[in-house]
Amino acid sequence: MSFQITVENSGETFRCAAEVHVLEAMEKAVCKGIPVGCRNGGCGACKVQVQAGRYATRKMNRAVISAEDEVRGIVLACKIYPQSDLTLTAIGPMARVTAPCGSAPSGLDSGTHA
Amino acid sequence: MALTGVLRPGHVAIRVLEMGPALKHYIDVLGLIETARDEKGRVFLKAWDEHDHHSVVLRETDEAGMDYLGWKVDSPATLKKLAGDIEKSKLCSDFEWIPKGEHPETGERFRFTIPTGHVMELFAEKKQVGNNCGTEGPNVNPDPWPDGLKGISPSRFDHCLLYGDDLDGSVKFFREVLGFGIAEQVMAGPKKDFMIGAFLSCSNKAHDVAFIRQPVKGKFHHASFELGSWEKVLRAGDILSRNKTSIDIGPTRHGITRGETIYFFDPSGNRNEVFSGGYIYYPDEPAITWTEEELGPGIFYHDRKLNEAFLSVFT
Repeated sequence: MSFQITVENSGETFRCAAEVHVLEAMEKAVCKGIPVGCRNGGCGACKVQVQAGRYATRKMNRAVISAEDEVRGIVLACKIYPQSDLTLTAIGPMARVTAPCGSAPSGLDSGTHA
Repeated sequence: MALTGVLRPGHVAIRVLEMGPALKHYIDVLGLIETARDEKGRVFLKAWDEHDHHSVVLRETDEAGMDYLGWKVDSPATLKKLAGDIEKSKLCSDFEWIPKGEHPETGERFRFTIPTGHVMELFAEKKQVGNNCGTEGPNVNPDPWPDGLKGISPSRFDHCLLYGDDLDGSVKFFREVLGFGIAEQVMAGPKKDFMIGAFLSCSNKAHDVAFIRQPVKGKFHHASFELGSWEKVLRAGDILSRNKTSIDIGPTRHGITRGETIYFFDPSGNRNEVFSGGYIYYPDEPAITWTEEELGPGIFYHDRKLNEAFLSVFT
């Protein structure tokens, strides 16, 4: 089962399976909207605000995601696993507004590689 | 003996989010050897060619990063003398004597916090358990390396790179109180007189600890482990990819220290490095200076530019 992930600040969409973390699915889709750091829940580079959707989480570094953050949907993309379609915005220290991953070869930016 | 005072970085204590994946990484992939666990759940590890009981301590908690870095000194008398010097220097804070045995097989440790916010320790005694190379008893007629090594299997824990704000204070402390030399420095500003990076040595190594100025306290960039050759760095990359370990960059070369390197992350996002090469440092040599504009090739000699993660990704 896979779900559609929408990254608001880049306009990118990609598919993510329920057992794959969102950052891994984004990298495999050659999208760039969420900055990539350690990929392991430690550094906070892939911090996102989830606007809509349900997800499971794994343990994240409390130095970068507080318990209050987690309740408010501020989480690390490398530690969330979708349980529905998700809409989110990258808010980590390297985050920026970017163009959709249109420079990638066609077919890599939505759905086909999830 | 010619090498006196502070001998080497003797242990690094790393916080991990989950011990199970951390042990798979540090034992099966990196190839350290477990030497003890304690009642607090901490796990103690060493690299194969280290004689002392442990050089890496893992502790499971909610925050990633480094708890402290411990330095081996040449004798209990030196430990007492340096502890006094440190207190008198007024550069450090939070002094504490950690009793013998708090780390297994380890004597008392003197703990303090340096101006960049990192917790450091000095200790003089740790049981020597050997490198398992001796053929007729420990250290007698040894083989060049032991059987049964796993994973990347570096020879030793070598150094850390740390991020903090008061670089001047920590550099002054290591040079003037502990007697380190400055092997390489990165200078910024119109007159190139503002230090933003320092690579410090207490030995013949190009660095035993390095600092980069960042507006943070007590942050950990990486812990590094030594390999004997460039080919072993390439092999490390193979092992990391095979295990789907998160690789940061490399294999490549550093301009600073000339080391051949690969950076990667443990399962809690703490950066590790394995490297080979570099050069022999002597304390009478002039410091090598890199200018801010050339920091790119200084850090990654082939790419000639920093990746954004180098400055932004730490624990």
